[in-house]
Amino acid sequence: MSAEERISPMDSDAAAPVIGPGHTYRSVTEKISAIVLHRRTGRGWMAGFALAFFFVLVFFASIAYVLARGVGVWGINVPVAWGFAIVNFVWWIGIGHAGTLISAVLLLLHQEWRTSINRFAESMTLFAVTCAGIFPVLHLGRPWYFYWLAPYPNVMSLWPQFRSPLVWDLFAVLTYFAVSLLFWYVGLIPDLATLRDVARNRFVRVVYGVLAMGWRGSAVHWHRYHVAYVLLAGLATPLVVSVHSVVSLDFAAAQIPGWHATVFPPYFVAGAIFSGFSMVLTLAIPVRKVYGLEDFITTRHLDNMGKVLLASGCIVAYGYCLETFMTFYSGDVHEIAQANARFFGPSAWIFWSLIASNVVIPQLLWLRGIRRNARNLFLVALVINVGMWLERYVIVVLSLERSFVPSEWGSYRPTFWDVSTLLGSIGLFAALFLLFIRLLPMISAFEMRELVASRRGDLATESAEERGRVHE
Amino acid sequence: MDDARLDSTAPRRTRLFGCGEGRIWRSLDELAETEEFAAFIRREFPDQAEVWQDPLSRREFLALMAASFGVAGLTGCTRAPDSEIVPYVDPPEQVVPGQALRFATAMPLSGYGRGVLVESHLGRPTKIEGNPDHPASLGATDAILQASILTLYDPDRAKEVLRRGGTSTWGQFVGEVRQSVATFRQRGGRGLRFLTETVTSPTLTRQLRSLLEILPAARWHHYEPITQDSRREASRKAFGRPVNTIYHFDRAARILSLDADFLSVGPASLRAARQFIDARRVRAPLEPPAAGQSASALSMNRLYVIESSPSITGAMADHRLAVRSERVERLAREIAARLGVPIARSETAWTPAEERWIAALVADLRAHPGESVIVPGDFQSTAVHVIAHALNERLGSTALTHVESPEPLATGQLESLSELVREMRAGEVDTLVLLGGNPVLTAPADLDFAEALSRVNLRVHHSLYYDETSFLCHWHVPDTHYLETWSDVCAFDGTVSIIQPLIAPLYGGKSPHQILDLLLDRPETDAGEALREEWRARRGGGGSFDEFWRTALRQGVVAESTLPPVSVRVDPAALEGTAPPASPAGADIEVIFRPDPAIWDGRFANNGWLQELPRPLTKLTWDNAALVSPRTARALGVENERVVDLELRGRTVRAPVWVLPGHPDGSVTLHLGYGRERAGRVGNATEKRGGFNAYRLRTSDAMASGVGLIVRPRAERYRLACTQLHQMLEGPAEDLVHVETIQQFSARAARPLEPSAEARRSMYPEVDTSRGHQWALQIDINACVGCNACVVACQAENNIPVVGKEQVLNAREMHWLRIDTYHAGDPEEQPDTYFEPVPCMHCEKAPCEFVCPVGATTHSSEGLNEMTYNRCVGTRYCSNNCPYKVRRFNFLQYSDLDTPSLQLGRNPDVTVRSRGVMEKCTYCVQRIQRARVDLEELAAARGDAASPQQQLEIHRRMDDRLAALEPACAQACPTRAITFGDLNWKTASGAVSAVKALQMQPHSYALLAELNTQPRTRYLARLVHPNPDLVDPLSWKPGGGREEHPGER
Repeated sequence: MSAEERISPMDSDAAAPVIGPGHTYRSVTEKISAIVLHRRTGRGWMAGFALAFFFVLVFFASIAYVLARGVGVWGINVPVAWGFAIVNFVWWIGIGHAGTLISAVLLLLHQEWRTSINRFAESMTLFAVTCAGIFPVLHLGRPWYFYWLAPYPNVMSLWPQFRSPLVWDLFAVLTYFAVSLLFWYVGLIPDLATLRDVARNRFVRVVYGVLAMGWRGSAVHWHRYHVAYVLLAGLATPLVVSVHSVVSLDFAAAQIPGWHATVFPPYFVAGAIFSGFSMVLTLAIPVRKVYGLEDFITTRHLDNMGKVLLASGCIVAYGYCLETFMTFYSGDVHEIAQANARFFGPSAWIFWSLIASNVVIPQLLWLRGIRRNARNLFLVALVINVGMWLERYVIVVLSLERSFVPSEWGSYRPTFWDVSTLLGSIGLFAALFLLFIRLLPMISAFEMRELVASRRGDLATESAEERGRVHE
Repeated sequence: MDDARLDSTAPRRTRLFGCGEGRIWRSLDELAETEEFAAFIRREFPDQAEVWQDPLSRREFLALMAASFGVAGLTGCTRAPDSEIVPYVDPPEQVVPGQALRFATAMPLSGYGRGVLVESHLGRPTKIEGNPDHPASLGATDAILQASILTLYDPDRAKEVLRRGGTSTWGQFVGEVRQSVATFRQRGGRGLRFLTETVTSPTLTRQLRSLLEILPAARWHHYEPITQDSRREASRKAFGRPVNTIYHFDRAARILSLDADFLSVGPASLRAARQFIDARRVRAPLEPPAAGQSASALSMNRLYVIESSPSITGAMADHRLAVRSERVERLAREIAARLGVPIARSETAWTPAEERWIAALVADLRAHPGESVIVPGDFQSTAVHVIAHALNERLGSTALTHVESPEPLATGQLESLSELVREMRAGEVDTLVLLGGNPVLTAPADLDFAEALSRVNLRVHHSLYYDETSFLCHWHVPDTHYLETWSDVCAFDGTVSIIQPLIAPLYGGKSPHQILDLLLDRPETDAGEALREEWRARRGGGGSFDEFWRTALRQGVVAESTLPPVSVRVDPAALEGTAPPASPAGADIEVIFRPDPAIWDGRFANNGWLQELPRPLTKLTWDNAALVSPRTARALGVENERVVDLELRGRTVRAPVWVLPGHPDGSVTLHLGYGRERAGRVGNATEKRGGFNAYRLRTSDAMASGVGLIVRPRAERYRLACTQLHQMLEGPAEDLVHVETIQQFSARAARPLEPSAEARRSMYPEVDTSRGHQWALQIDINACVGCNACVVACQAENNIPVVGKEQVLNAREMHWLRIDTYHAGDPEEQPDTYFEPVPCMHCEKAPCEFVCPVGATTHSSEGLNEMTYNRCVGTRYCSNNCPYKVRRFNFLQYSDLDTPSLQLGRNPDVTVRSRGVMEKCTYCVQRIQRARVDLEELAAARGDAASPQQQLEIHRRMDDRLAALEPACAQACPTRAITFGDLNWKTASGAVSAVKALQMQPHSYALLAELNTQPRTRYLARLVHPNPDLVDPLSWKPGGGREEHPGER
């Protein structure tokens, strides 16, 4: 099979290149490693990092305050016992989805265009899951006992309560984090070796050398690498579905009107892909511009990602429709009251903003002009990021505001500390990401070289055959 | 560095703390032992008002409370009464560590006593229950009784004798008093005045009387802001002598309340609630009715309420008419005239609805002559009381009796106070001794008591708190709490209870008996001596006094002290003498003054439990408000939390509005007791909480109500902490409260409200509930009057913290038991009101248990949904998944772990929860555990018993033990609306337990049964008994009570 034939029907624009013309092995390596090794740290990066780091400090201060005083510093109450912390958790986990999807699923599906964005997406995943992981611990009334959720040997022979979705959550998130980390690191090794080889500074060489774990680029190495990588991809693929399905069970397994819906697992997964891709775009478009990577992240990439966004957005919209339909079809008075409160209640504006950002605005992506225009696409992605946060807010908070017994209906008002933890986690994410693009190759250099190779007619067949062997 | 400066502070430190260089005090005790430190504390913190006035936030307040008690607590810990210190060489027979003792005593309020049994753990009173032998309690309590234990331990109570605001001692006070007594003796008491609250204490009366004998020119006045003057006056007018009227609601088939909130106000309210509900308790026969026995055997009384401000009595009414206060007398006249009482009617045009109402009522009363009773309200005029007396006589009501009033002073209290103020102003009062009361706050505004007080040369105030009145007095002597002192008090029917101390005065308080002994120039003793002397004298000879005394103390009532009924006739002249009220201009707004349902006249303002208690109907906490009807609110252009200026006769207060469905149109209800300036740190009004002082509008001609209020809306708003907004019984709430008429209930016969067994199928395995104890709770919402006693009882029993207004605003109140209130019908047209207490449901298939990740909430084999605080990590998932939302979370550190005096009052059997854990109703598992131990012992004994006879005997004792096992809420309930028990238990006679029998009733139902949580807490439906002349009882539905059903009869 040729590279062209493997392109999926969705990738209608197959003729457009996934890498700019005229690139050689050397030019790819130089361009990518120069960002890390030679390029001066720009003022923009410094300013961005300073800002991000400020919010990291805000985050730490907020965490310290929450630990010292208790979760009562947030706006949560009874009935709305879960607030920003859980909303943020689900949001970050959702964002963390694109990484695995792009790296693993698209790898297995032989979507070559993934190559220039997969490192990006994987790193984003790691950082997003890091941010996500902080919230469930922080939101506990007594966070210092978070490990009680894990099955560990203890003198009282106490186990977690395995019927609770929160225990499943712990396993799902930890597994996802572990596999994502492995996948990311394994993928990095050849590039770390490249950096070691091209670095001039001894200290840098040693650091990258240690991290490269003795990679010499021998055929055996490459062979094992490919086997491991594909195996990991195979391992990671079910996680794309499992993590957010399990997270959705936190809600679906409960019986609160607005939570108790069987549509939740698939619709959460679609939502996660939706938010993950929008976050990749949110990050990729500015970085591409700043570091002049238009050759590697081409218009075709943007176009494809726009299509994924549109497709997953439509699934999400379908999820909304189905949920609403089932509510009224069930005839359940509590579910209907819940839906009415969402549509017309005091917080209806949140619901309608969510519909606008997740259903209405993404429809612009049907237009080629929007998908292929970096600025427009960036704006749409930004709106979707906000929309997906609002979606989780609607699910978590608005559902809790109106449960079964009207005497206990309540409302939720975030406090300063709610907002500061959210902004702080965004700061942490941004800081980690900025460190990443400064210290590690943000585009997989060796895979780009493979692309260069596949572009060369004489090498195309050989490379494909090689891959074919690997896959056996 | 700057050694000199360091040095200069060193001497001061040394002086203050006795800890110079190198010496470090090791403990607070050591620190506090020093004289210098004590002086420093005195000088710097003389319990003065400046500190109190600061608008303290709740958190600051807690910090302050803790800090101040680092000091005060050192002297304020448990002490046995000084006179009876006995070392534990041979431990006292009864005192077993870990076992609580109960002592009978009585709590006086507004002069009258209600008997209580106080639980005491190693000398610390911790919980108050009703005394079943006391006529005013019958074993029940109300919210105020329950909360009075917190006042005992209140760190803000007055702690030392103060002279002109500065620290003094009891010795100095004694010296000064002895001197002036000598002077007064020479003058025969001229210029000496006493002001008390309502007094019924025989000993205090005797002491005051002997003093007045010695000092004939001295005078004794009395005043109480929530006065029963109209009752006193009417009794004098109608019967020619002061009597107390006692209503026997159990004998009444038809009851008409003329603005009487007899279920919550008055010295006999607990008894009234019990008797009223006993006559409404409907139970279907569990066997199918035999031939000839129809379901019409079920009967209930019928309550008509005419009221000017929504009350819980009105909420229980079968027919309620909300009218402005001034219309009540006109309605009373109209009804009386139609029933043949010779009285002048007022010229009033009744609306067609009112006309139908009156006609139906009159016909109904006429049809039940001996069984009807008309109850006049304390807040109505003398005329209404006289009319009620005449009506009762006319109807030949057997449901009331009269007894001689136990009050020594027959004069009206307003009259008494006015006279005193007149004399004060005229300079005739040289020395005023105020025994209790807080007239500077509570006296009618037009009397300007504070100004008159300033003309008195020597002013002595004796009270529990250093309050508004104390501040203007020369001497302030701290009073004793009723749990700290000897005294005696009469119940509404004259039954005397001896008040005995359970603990030595925590803050060095002195009882009024001690002060009077001092004035009588008698040797200083504890009040018990005065009391025993009095009773020795009263009892005369015969029998052992000690035995009499011990019995009286043990029973909580003095045998045979109940006053005999007296026979009185209404003087016809009393009816002629009254003229119909003048018709006020229709557009004028009326103001209604009522005691606050929780903090009463303001005396309990510093009680956090009462402050945070959601008021019945309004569900407000921490504030009072101007209550108006929805229609009046619209007419005035105001809404909830809008601040308005209220002006009455030139006096103005500023109050936030709260719209209350069911309030009569054209009037505004103001609850008294708020806006305190010197109540203490909890009760003081600040910018953010504490309400407004309605006394400032209250004048002697408008004590209960007055016409001519001007309401001026302002731009600003004031946040009110409400725990439940007004909700209608419709939509998702429709099935939560099941209400039907007794006729509908009869027609439905044995058809249960339950879903079928099929609907009980669950994915989770069935648990065997056929063995062991299986606990269950049944709440009869037909019996619930919404009085809140259970809520505070639960708080006291289970160490539930107070969280403060800010936290309540964020819906974080901690009450394990709440009383949901729903309205049905048009909110603007006087809707019906239904109460529903909601504790934990203890679901057999509990949604909370499935979602807890650490298994901190689990199910016991006896059907309890248990909460393991130690295991809880605080995910709050259980709360989210609880359909009833009965779980409460410690979002912050709510329990005050630092204030020693508050620690004393806690129930040692219940864990004090820390921050970050979930909590909820446990069915008082600590009580269950105790009962289980006793039952197991008995069961073992039964196994060993030789004869079947003995076994049966032991089985009966087990029945009794189980019957005595009640959660705090059930025990407190005045109407016995809550029944707890073991579903599997079979009594010695083979009967099922009471709770099982109730569960088998056809009107037993579970909340949200469709969720298949299979709750152990179940409800009995509310039943109403409407007049068929007004509505068709078979087609009746909630809120439809006033719908016209013409021609259906």
